[in-house]
Amino acid sequence: MECQQIRRNELSTAIQTHEVAIEIGGIPVLLRTEDASFRDLLENRYAGFVSRTARPKFEFDVDVGPHGASTDEDLQVKIQAGKWLLRRGDFNSEWDPRAGKGWIRQSANPYSIDSVLRIVHSLILAREGGFLVHSASAIRTGRAFLFSGLSGAGKTTISRLAPSDVTLLTDEISYVRRDGEGYRACGTPFAGELARLGENCSAPVATLFFLEQGPKNQIRPISSADAVRRLLRNILFFADDPDLVKLVFRSALDFVTLVPVRRMTFLPDERVWELVD
Amino acid sequence: MTERYIARSSAIAARMLGGEMMIMSAVDSTFFTLNEVATIIWQSADGRTSLSEIIEKVCREFEVEPDSARRDAEQFVDELSRHGILLISDKPIDNPSTRPTEAL
Repeated sequence: MECQQIRRNELSTAIQTHEVAIEIGGIPVLLRTEDASFRDLLENRYAGFVSRTARPKFEFDVDVGPHGASTDEDLQVKIQAGKWLLRRGDFNSEWDPRAGKGWIRQSANPYSIDSVLRIVHSLILAREGGFLVHSASAIRTGRAFLFSGLSGAGKTTISRLAPSDVTLLTDEISYVRRDGEGYRACGTPFAGELARLGENCSAPVATLFFLEQGPKNQIRPISSADAVRRLLRNILFFADDPDLVKLVFRSALDFVTLVPVRRMTFLPDERVWELVD
Repeated sequence: MTERYIARSSAIAARMLGGEMMIMSAVDSTFFTLNEVATIIWQSADGRTSLSEIIEKVCREFEVEPDSARRDAEQFVDELSRHGILLISDKPIDNPSTRPTEAL
């Protein structure tokens, strides 16, 4: 009788956990939370990237609570005893890449989890020869084109001007994976000013354009050194880790060796897309 | 004048691309591209060859004045040293990095 009583109490206090697998670039990451409203937030925020079938290689327990909301504090990403420690004013996280497990503490907002996902994916990609880069990207005639530049360079403008036969992968952060002797660009939910999620699909990268303001629509060559310098400037890299710096350097050089890179100046009208095919 | 020896640090990544040597410090992520003369100095920085010998080699290959070559080389070496890319010593450096540069 006493045992039954205990069991009943345990059942009545059992906490339900919710799981959402978010698959970006073909890499599913499982987020587990006890907060049903946060689960809803995730499913809405990452609609189109929520996977029902993928078997996640990485999983995080997300503790949602009053954990601070300031994004002003400098981001710290460092590895300690094989575990990545991620910390900013609005989140705290630990991730063991070998075990594929980690935890996140944050308040109930989409920005913190977005930052953690960007960091985790950048770390995963660095080991695979890929990277996240400040760049719009889009698919046309089965090939992906990247339009890179820092804030104000025209990523959102060129995305907004895309004709109907173009599939937009992102207007802000491109996801680039090594694919044999080339690279593949994948859609991301990391939106910029366009505030529109990219399509969850991918294509081989045909050309990387570095955007510049200019008096006419024009594509010009760029030296290898300049291409590498600009690419390194635009790759999202958060970790304070010399080994990873070397990997990112190698990835940037490999990319410039294998993929055509050009400078593009453009006027803000749709005719710029006549140059892209 | 005290002789100096230079060696490439292992805390860098470097590769030749499009005829230019590119180097990145793994410590502070500083990125350098080297011209032909600087590349000769970089490739000769094995810890055993003195800077004077390296400068002589530069003078032979590029027909530059020794004083001018030394001044430029010293400046270049000091700058890369500040970023931890080159190691400098007044004695030969016994254990310089063995594979600091890819695809030379």
